[in-house]
Amino acid sequence: MIPPNFEYYAPSSLNEAIGLLDQHQGEAKILAGGMSLIAMMKLRLVEPGALIDINRIPGLSYLKEDAQFLHIGATTRTNDLGDSDVVRMRYPILSDAGREIADPTVRNMGTVGGNVCHGDPGNDLPACLLALDAQLVAQGPKGPRTLAAREFYQDTFVTALAPNEILTEVKIPRPGTGAGSAYSKMERKVGDFATAAVAVALTLGKSGGIDAVGIGLTNVGPTAIYARAASEFLKGKAGADAEIAKAAELAAEAASPVADNRGPVEFKKDMVRVWSRRTLRRAIDRAKGVH
Amino acid sequence: MAIDAVTAKSSVPSSFSRTVHLTVNGVARESTVENRLLLVHYLREHLRLTGTHIGCDTSHCGACTVLVDGKTVKSCTMLTVMADGKQVTTVEGLETAGKLHPVQEGFTKEHGLQCGFCTPGMMMASVALLAKNPHPTEDEIRRGISGNLCRCTGYVNIVKAIQYAAANAPPPAAGTGGA
Repeated sequence: MIPPNFEYYAPSSLNEAIGLLDQHQGEAKILAGGMSLIAMMKLRLVEPGALIDINRIPGLSYLKEDAQFLHIGATTRTNDLGDSDVVRMRYPILSDAGREIADPTVRNMGTVGGNVCHGDPGNDLPACLLALDAQLVAQGPKGPRTLAAREFYQDTFVTALAPNEILTEVKIPRPGTGAGSAYSKMERKVGDFATAAVAVALTLGKSGGIDAVGIGLTNVGPTAIYARAASEFLKGKAGADAEIAKAAELAAEAASPVADNRGPVEFKKDMVRVWSRRTLRRAIDRAKGVH
Repeated sequence: MAIDAVTAKSSVPSSFSRTVHLTVNGVARESTVENRLLLVHYLREHLRLTGTHIGCDTSHCGACTVLVDGKTVKSCTMLTVMADGKQVTTVEGLETAGKLHPVQEGFTKEHGLQCGFCTPGMMMASVALLAKNPHPTEDEIRRGISGNLCRCTGYVNIVKAIQYAAANAPPPAAGTGGA
């Protein structure tokens, strides 16, 4: 399969890239890893008039932690998440996802920024960012602005990013004492999108109760889903089995999957319930230092 | 180093094409290619390096795996223009001075192939895996090649082939830092 013709630009600065994007008035697409974009162009699902390759812009690929945030540059490869010691120690949810996205070779090319702003409900990182209450930094002609991940996903392939904006960074709040997180993906085989996947980030208080929790769901609706009712229900709870089970049911209710070759609707919703329960338990164990 | 110029036989306007410089198996290449030319088509049809196979053409199967700056990529889902300035290694580049690469030797000795279609991609994934982790466990090998599918399901011998290569790789030459 051969993609349709397009103009190709390889800018060497972010301003140049934003200028090109602005000038093409919605006809251009940003090319990062290309793992979704090139595949979709080959299938003629998208036919952009121009590609703006941001891989040659220096300073867009990094993992940096300061007192408040883990900062992840847009062209950081998804394998870098799985390979990073800082991520493994303090952001295990991203380490999990960094080993579950597609396969190792796709992860050499696929980027964090692309995974986050492509807007496919099957992408793995969006649910993690919803659970983590992450922030996204977008740059447009008027400068940078920060968006909440929980307000970013509007519909399938539709995000809050303006046509002349580029996602430049993902900011993950640095976890405090008692934090634990996990991402669990049910997939038919390596490289498939999730049948269902659940992201959990939580913090346990001194008494062992749940101070804060975020639950995100992958590929069981038109976008990644923040399971708000389930997350709010668990806040302040002790984390007893019955409470975890109730939260898992609420998470399943938040899902609105469609039937496909990965299973019927009822099955997928039940898988959200089962995997929510397991992933909550895994995150609590990690918060307690049990691995 | 010799430069081989390869020019695309193309009638499309120049805004849809570009001149790239890349090194393939140690040979510097200057080529004018369509922006949309996939790396696998450049390798197979422009350079006639047909060792790299096209399997699923959708980045699932890994038959088209090559190394770009030492890392595996699925060349069916990478544009040639994205490889501008980079070092590309294909299966044809594994043999040195008439001697098979330890991975190639492993696939021969341990019968790591049946129909052979996945083999070039499988070997490139193996080379990258062993460069990063010279003594992988079986689990690490299986994860390392999980982006490469063998429709003959010959994985048992493929794993053995990689174990053979790990056990029989020559020690790094003195002073190279073991790269």
